[in-house]
Amino acid sequence: MPADERPRPTRRSVVRDSIGVGVATGAYGVSFGAISVASGLSVLQTCALSLLVFTGASQFALVGVVASGGNPITGAVSALLLGSRNTLYGLRLAPLLGFTGWRRATAAHLIIDESTAMSVVQPDPELARVGFLVTGGSVFVLWNAATFAGAVGGEALGDPRAYGLDAAVGAAFLGLLWPRLSGRTERLAALFAALLALGLVPLTTPGVPVLAAGLVAVALGLRWRRS
Amino acid sequence: MIWTAVLVTAAGCYLLKLLGLSVPGRILDHPFVRRVADLIPVALLAALVAVQVFADETALRFDARLAGLAVAGVALLLRAPFLVVVFAAALTAALLRL
Repeated sequence: MPADERPRPTRRSVVRDSIGVGVATGAYGVSFGAISVASGLSVLQTCALSLLVFTGASQFALVGVVASGGNPITGAVSALLLGSRNTLYGLRLAPLLGFTGWRRATAAHLIIDESTAMSVVQPDPELARVGFLVTGGSVFVLWNAATFAGAVGGEALGDPRAYGLDAAVGAAFLGLLWPRLSGRTERLAALFAALLALGLVPLTTPGVPVLAAGLVAVALGLRWRRS
Repeated sequence: MIWTAVLVTAAGCYLLKLLGLSVPGRILDHPFVRRVADLIPVALLAALVAVQVFADETALRFDARLAGLAVAGVALLLRAPFLVVVFAAALTAALLRL
């Protein structure tokens, strides 16, 4: 069907689609909660991450580094690098949302992959605002509720390795990486970063391989694309 | 130490979000910046996958985690939702360790 024959989204359809995305995304907070307590964070620390950081890949990165025995501050630096993409999302969203003052300060917290995606596809600023707020709001509520459930459940389970939760961490990162492997440069950078990180594991303290490999792969990826 | 990391991450991630909403678009909206922002998550997430699956402190090990990752990859090829991917990997590793 050609694009111009598609029914134009209405406020109602945007709200419905946004809640759908919110439910699907929020639900995987369960895996974050369970993985986080399995990595050695308390239930309170886990819930604080979902409440205050509220950007999934960064949260997984911090607990992933802690789980591998790395310095938590190294984990925080990895988390911040991953969070830098939200700055670019903000740039795209600013003219659509048109918020100032406290509205802008509140909306900033809701900037994530999903709320951005559901906002920038709308045909006008009014629907862009609806898509952003409903998606961001429903993900926020469900992500935090699911994190708490996963953290409490994970703590009750006992030995995380017996339930394969350590294997779940790698799978979670692969799931977050998967949709980003669209181009050749991305795939090469990913492969190079993975191999370099493994090469660094025996040579450095945990946490450092991820950071170093990530940065070197970005630098090389930029050169490849230029040539 | 973990609390410090949690709070630094929280403050930093919020400021990164607010920065994008607050600065004039033309300052950061440069193709180079966009390429870097595009590659950072790819490289970091790939390194995180590798380290989570193969590293044990400072040693490399092949164990049930690798089987979990393989199952996760198959689930992703079959377009399974995120939760299914994560659960399938955990279940695979748990069953192998019985």
